[in-house]
Amino acid sequence: MRKIAIYGKGGIGKSTTTQNTVAGLAEMGKKVMVVGCDPKADSTRLLLGGLAQKTVLDTLRDEGEDVELEDIMKTGYGNTSCTESGGPEPGVGCAGRGIITSINMLEQLGAYDADKNLDYAFYDVLGDVVCGGFAMPIRDGKAQEIYIVVSGEMMAMYAANNICKGIVKYADAGGVRLGGLICNSRNVDNERQMIEELARQLGTQMIHFVPRENQVQRAEINRKTVIDYSPEHSQADEYRMLAKKIDENQMFVVPKPLEIEELEKLLIDFGIAN
Amino acid sequence: MLEKYPAKVARKRQKAIVINDKTASQEIQANVRTVPGIITQRGCTYAGCKGVVLGPTRDIINLTHGPIGCGFYSWLTRRNQTTVQGQTPENQENFMTYCFSTDMQDSNIVFGGEKKLRQSIEEAYALVHPKAIGVFATCPVGLIGDDIHQVSKECTEKFGDCNVFAFSCEGYKGVSQSAGHHIANNQLFKHVIGTREDAPEGKYKINLLGEYNIGGDAFVIEDILAKCGITLIASFSGNSAYNKFAHSHHADLNAIMCHRSINYVAEMMETKYGIPWIKVNFIGAESSAKSLRKIAQYFGDAELIDRVEKVIAEEMIPVEEARKAALPKTEGKSAMLFVGGSRAHHYQDLFTELGMKSIAAGYEFGHRDDYEGREIIPSIKIDADSRNIEELTVTKDEERFRSRLSDEQKAKLEKAGLKFKDYEGLMTDMESETLVIDDLSHYEMEVLIKEYKPDIFCAGIKEKYAVQKMGVPLKQLHSYDYGGPYAGFEGAINFYKDIAKMTSSKIWGLIGAPWEKEKTLSASVVHDTKPVKKEEKESA
Repeated sequence: MRKIAIYGKGGIGKSTTTQNTVAGLAEMGKKVMVVGCDPKADSTRLLLGGLAQKTVLDTLRDEGEDVELEDIMKTGYGNTSCTESGGPEPGVGCAGRGIITSINMLEQLGAYDADKNLDYAFYDVLGDVVCGGFAMPIRDGKAQEIYIVVSGEMMAMYAANNICKGIVKYADAGGVRLGGLICNSRNVDNERQMIEELARQLGTQMIHFVPRENQVQRAEINRKTVIDYSPEHSQADEYRMLAKKIDENQMFVVPKPLEIEELEKLLIDFGIAN
Repeated sequence: MLEKYPAKVARKRQKAIVINDKTASQEIQANVRTVPGIITQRGCTYAGCKGVVLGPTRDIINLTHGPIGCGFYSWLTRRNQTTVQGQTPENQENFMTYCFSTDMQDSNIVFGGEKKLRQSIEEAYALVHPKAIGVFATCPVGLIGDDIHQVSKECTEKFGDCNVFAFSCEGYKGVSQSAGHHIANNQLFKHVIGTREDAPEGKYKINLLGEYNIGGDAFVIEDILAKCGITLIASFSGNSAYNKFAHSHHADLNAIMCHRSINYVAEMMETKYGIPWIKVNFIGAESSAKSLRKIAQYFGDAELIDRVEKVIAEEMIPVEEARKAALPKTEGKSAMLFVGGSRAHHYQDLFTELGMKSIAAGYEFGHRDDYEGREIIPSIKIDADSRNIEELTVTKDEERFRSRLSDEQKAKLEKAGLKFKDYEGLMTDMESETLVIDDLSHYEMEVLIKEYKPDIFCAGIKEKYAVQKMGVPLKQLHSYDYGGPYAGFEGAINFYKDIAKMTSSKIWGLIGAPWEKEKTLSASVVHDTKPVKKEEKESA
């Protein structure tokens, strides 16, 4: 089983990209589990067709310790297993601690056991690495591969660089590696070249360039992935391509995070600053 | 002592170790972070706030908001005693024997603990209907950001007859428990002192600050003060009650015992209500007499002065007898004291009375002024750790402020030797060539004992058995072991007896197994097996 975590700046399209990619892998016949690590609990909406999913933490709170795997895991598009960690309301408690609790709970319940025949486990993690809890998927080998969703916007690249720092921190202990950058295009000038260059400087690859396409929004409104909603659409092929590239990926590195000056220079070199 | 440390640690520790020189003004490093890895004597901010300052009050419920361990292990550990006074049920409230905690679980950390806190407060209120509930924050509460003050405020409004107030005393907040004392002082001042207007009867009204009734100390002091005709409105906080704190602003004098833990309240009460404060010390017969004289001198009433002298003369008779009985066993012996923020200083008086020399001393959580004297306060560097603690801005209460002394009277008293707002510090009173060490580490303690072999060591439970295994008796000055009271005249007698016993016991010479001291058997082992080949050795 390959365990993959998707990180990236808030709002960059992690959940959308993850679910569309997972749909692509499922279409290829892979058995995939998706673990949403966001207190908003919206990481599996497109796979479950908007089904309201009871989160691990809510279940834990309501049922006490006596939780069954079936209570927290639903089957979605293409026989994917979907689960949401959940968490507190904004402004209270500790969402990071919640993620630690729920991943431990999933392990305890045997969600990763060999009899589940999983090919992939995907973690869709909230925003930047903000505290120890959100780094949980990359600690202790919970996830071995990281893909960072990024665009040509300054802050998205800044966040990607920060996440690389997190990976470096845990690379030794947990054995986690960076699999590549996924460019979720925002139609920024020279975006493809710039992200390719960023990837090169980080010592990794831009695994795929996902063009901006309104079909994604249309599918989302219908609570579906693009592959599910419009299998014939060109955007569906983009996600299939991404899924294929991830499936065949052989390049796993410990990234070399950039200094802030280098990052700024990159933007200037590619003409964004003008 | 410093040789074993890495260079950087040695440099830091060096500043906290001073060979005392009474003739010079020396600077000591104090109230700075302990180097990680060093076994320190210190406690946490929560312990200082809940355990030390609020813990000894009988009718305020101390509710720990946190995992159960914090509440459980700070429950009655200091042997604070209390009396239940009066016949009405209201006066008989004593909740000190209970331990209240919200018992936070994993899900309270994840989803926030405010709801559970509110439930716990309501449960405690329904259970015993206390006058007040103090809520104490532990480390996780600060990390997840529960608004304990808002919950407390809402509960106070809801109940109407129960004052609920909270302390942001998360354990990690300061460099030691000292930060917790400050936080406790602030909240007592904000939420309790001055909330009751009826004035107690009495001619000479004082508060005693920084007396926590360990082993019954406060009972002894209360008796002496009563004998002298001095009215004690409130002790902060030994053998005390909420209602006493609430009208303590009617006192005409604040007498401070433990300067470190409670000087903040005294300062604030002076600014707001006009109550002057003086430093007293009821540890040691001579010091007790001196303290009583100081109080009498302040009121300046011939009747009181005479009565105080009469009480002292009376009390000193059995004290002298006990002292003389103990002297043959104690005279010429040595003591080391590493405890508290004032105890390491005060208890030296008792040892002096026993003819014993305090050869090394220091505080766990003292600040520089506790060592060097209060006048150095302006030169203390305020670091980030101190800025972390709220500093209340107190202004004069125009309606309730009452000047107790005219400038003229005050000047006269000062001229006669009564010092206001003053504490001379430990280093002034210790002899030259003695050692003063702040935040003594366990390793340093062992070196001290090996080098100087004191006849008695005074510290706390964490040190007790390690020291005793080295053949030196240890007297706990946090809890007095099972003894006490040691305050006042009666307490001095107890102390003389206990120390004479401890320093003359033969048992300390018997520590260590016989074979460690002398050879009981000599033999050599002979074997005739084949010598082990080199390769085999390596693979083994």
